[in-house]
Amino acid sequence: MVNIIAMLAGLIFGLGLILAGMADPAKVLAFLDITGAWDPSLALVMGGAIAVGSVAFAVASRRNRSYLGLPMHLPTARVIDKRLILGSLTFGIGWGMAGICPGPALVLLGAGSSKGIVFVAAMLLGMGIFEILERSRLVDRPKMGGRI
Amino acid sequence: MLIDWNHFTPWSSLAGGMTIGIAVAVFTLLNGRIAGISGIVGGLFRLQTGDIGWRIAFVAGLVTAPLVWQLFHSLPTFQIDTGYGILALAGLIVGIGTRYGSGCTSGHGVCGLSRLSPRSIIATLVFMGTGFVTVYIMRHMLGG
Repeated sequence: MVNIIAMLAGLIFGLGLILAGMADPAKVLAFLDITGAWDPSLALVMGGAIAVGSVAFAVASRRNRSYLGLPMHLPTARVIDKRLILGSLTFGIGWGMAGICPGPALVLLGAGSSKGIVFVAAMLLGMGIFEILERSRLVDRPKMGGRI
Repeated sequence: MLIDWNHFTPWSSLAGGMTIGIAVAVFTLLNGRIAGISGIVGGLFRLQTGDIGWRIAFVAGLVTAPLVWQLFHSLPTFQIDTGYGILALAGLIVGIGTRYGSGCTSGHGVCGLSRLSPRSIIATLVFMGTGFVTVYIMRHMLGG
């Protein structure tokens, strides 16, 4: 059941991205080009998603378990640290270079776009590099007395 | 600021956004999870039993969306003017950045802002900011 819901959620998410125009990198870049011929459409995508999402999270935050009886995995991190800032800063550069973020990348992959495939392959490589760096960081940590 | 009214699609973008919101709501209220794409995909690199199936299922749903769309309607154009080299570099940067920053447009931009999470508000302002600056540099300074 969990997997069926996950697949449905992914599907609805993807259909939403296509309908919204977010799966079209040229449209995303037109939104990010505020000093050029600006296409504000994507602000409405965010607005529409947040309007519905905020109701869902208002309900979710009052519950310990989901409607399927599963534990709620809501983020608990509160600290605004260097990793959050530098990571987001880096992501924004990549997003601005191609107009593609992870969700639309997977939709482009499904649409059979060869450029989409290249982007997803590179993105997975990037995530893999992160994992390797994370593991070596966690292995190194005890030698450094628990602090880096 | 010059608005490109010819390409502005308020209704379909709003409807698409609300559809994304419905996906987020379904996933959170039924599965108790955040629909953050980079986190869902990135978690596949950490092999933990019972944690892989739903991640693969979500990604499969997302990847099949254009195929399901085509059952009812022809796909809109997905225009990618960026060359392969820049595209590969951008993908690499997006992969590393979203994992270090713990989220992307969906996890921070949609879910995080819906939850009014201070971390996500900061993250979204930062990646939107560098996104604007990068496009400015590439289009108006380098003339790409």
